[in-house]
Amino acid sequence: MVLPIRNRIIMKIHEYQAKGILKKYGVAVPRGEVAETADQAEAAAQHLFGAGASAIVVKAQIHAGGRGKGGGVKIAKSVKEAVEIATNMLGMRLVTHQTGPEGRIVRRLLIEETLPIEKELYLGIVIDRTEARPVFMASAAGGMEIEQVAAENPAAILKEYIDPGLGLEAFQARKLAFALGLKAQQINSAAQFMTSLYKAFAETDSSLMEINPFVTCTDGRLFALDTKINFDDNALFRHPEIRELRDISEEDPLEVEASKYNLNYIKLDGNVGCMVNGAGLAMATMDIIKYAGGMPANFLDVGGGANAEQVTHAFEILLSDKNVKAVLINIFGGILRVDTLAKGVVEAASKTHIQLPVVLRLEGTNVEAGREILKQSGLNFIVADTMKDAAEKVVAAARAS
Amino acid sequence: MSILIDKSTRVIVQGLTGREGTFHAKTCAEYGTRIVGGVTPGKGGTRHEGWPIFNSMQEAVDKTGADASVIFVPPPYAADAIMEAADAEVEVIVCITEGIPTLDMVRAWEFLQNRRSRLIGPNCPGIISPGHCKIGIMPGHIHREGPVGIVSRSGTLTYEAVYQLTTRGVGQSTAIGIGGDPIIGTNFVDAIDLFNRDPMTEAVVMIGEIGGSAEEAAAEYVKTHMRKPVIGFIAGQTAPPGRRMGHAGAIISGGKGTAAEKIKAMEAAGIHIARSPADIGETVIAALGVTARA
Repeated sequence: MVLPIRNRIIMKIHEYQAKGILKKYGVAVPRGEVAETADQAEAAAQHLFGAGASAIVVKAQIHAGGRGKGGGVKIAKSVKEAVEIATNMLGMRLVTHQTGPEGRIVRRLLIEETLPIEKELYLGIVIDRTEARPVFMASAAGGMEIEQVAAENPAAILKEYIDPGLGLEAFQARKLAFALGLKAQQINSAAQFMTSLYKAFAETDSSLMEINPFVTCTDGRLFALDTKINFDDNALFRHPEIRELRDISEEDPLEVEASKYNLNYIKLDGNVGCMVNGAGLAMATMDIIKYAGGMPANFLDVGGGANAEQVTHAFEILLSDKNVKAVLINIFGGILRVDTLAKGVVEAASKTHIQLPVVLRLEGTNVEAGREILKQSGLNFIVADTMKDAAEKVVAAARAS
Repeated sequence: MSILIDKSTRVIVQGLTGREGTFHAKTCAEYGTRIVGGVTPGKGGTRHEGWPIFNSMQEAVDKTGADASVIFVPPPYAADAIMEAADAEVEVIVCITEGIPTLDMVRAWEFLQNRRSRLIGPNCPGIISPGHCKIGIMPGHIHREGPVGIVSRSGTLTYEAVYQLTTRGVGQSTAIGIGGDPIIGTNFVDAIDLFNRDPMTEAVVMIGEIGGSAEEAAAEYVKTHMRKPVIGFIAGQTAPPGRRMGHAGAIISGGKGTAAEKIKAMEAAGIHIARSPADIGETVIAALGVTARA
């Protein structure tokens, strides 16, 4: 609601960074190197073939899944082939089902040894909201999306709940390892792998850590072949080393801009811009815009204690989205007083020379003073009484402009 | 009349000497809440705005007889403040702080098991029994005493619902913001159960949002146990999957936690759904009318 000290960053990291974290905690990952140029790719390929790899894999590093199908993961049997692949992949626009049609520019590659894979399994740790504790999940259906496994065959996912004071106990890890069908001689190393993974999860304040696939090799070794880590952004204040892994080039520029001013902004596809205080009311405002026949251009929560400066920045961010045809401001003043908000809106509207129609719906603390400020401003705001009225007016305005 | 708090509730403010703590302690006191002191470690023995400050919750409880606390402590220290309040055995702990690390809350939640305190929040506006007691940051003047219980994961959206009721002449018994985080002390089922047992509450409004499965659990409870009409709204019907919509807990992940799923479960349990947030007030009135005739 109100208390500051808060980073509104949604942290995502690259595969090579996630593997770097796992390696630090003693979780086995394939040998690999990062390359940003063809020369670095060549050096990496030479090292890996020199160390005995029979083939290597070149993987595009972008913040999106589905890279293989989009042509972002390729096998090379020689240094020459690796350099060719790397040359083509660096700078390419990689389109996957998660990137949208505009895709992402590939700026980095992870070049790894290939392994003699025997089985592909799944390991994952998340916080279970109902049990209020971390849950360690394992499944023999590696390589598949775990949500799909959960929907089709929930019994195939084995679960061990973790006592937050104790961590994952060895017996729990062994239970999962045996249930996965690992060989007797692999059980201890699998248990070690899992306890190290949980340690990494807890010490980095992750909200999700997935090893998919978790592979067994024909020679008995175990590896994290691919991994996904999400962090709890509430805990980033105590992990400066993780904050440094942020790659702004992978994020929406307007969202990056919003995060600088502690605004919660998510860009969407519609043409009705909205500015609201409070996350629940912001979602409900998006909903009511849709009920009125329009589509929201964004989610924007200015928070409970927004000041005039933040309101101005919020306005600028809304207006930089060229799809926006009309703006709805819906504020229920509690801590954020309506007169403060009105001053900010008037300032922002004058400063940004806004041409678009702006519909305001204000309610709560000091609402009369706020309405008076708007009236005195001489600016052409459309004032609405209720949420429904506001939504109908803004959708009509967006259609007309 | 109300659940959990009333005119006799004696409240300690943890973090009273901070800017937020001071501001909201004053507005609560103006509303009529019995604020009996504050805790700021290291400032014990001093006074702040006329209230005595203590070094620890135990000392504060021993000296004032407090039976509730409200927390305005910054996120890195808030989980510890929750555990300290529970250790001092206050009955109700209201944690306003937003941004507590999830694993800190996992530990605090574990600590609360088998202890007598009930935690409300974190990341919530608090709890108010109109005309009696307000422990939180909500604007008191929009509320009015009456028969409708409200439980919500949101702050300002709750004010919107309250406002729609009050302007239609329908008052509230108690409004509880349970908080927007993934791990919270009091959930929908707990709150609805309290309202079910409260003789003065005639209907309950539950305001949920995307993410998690707490609304589905509440629907299950309503189906089997609830004797009063329940009105529901779910925010985030247009929210895209995979994006965290402001609240740490408001995210559709792996296709789960959508508004459509929740509304379906709630309708199946006989909950009156307000599809549009503008219809919450009218839906309550219609539902109350139904009971009046029954």
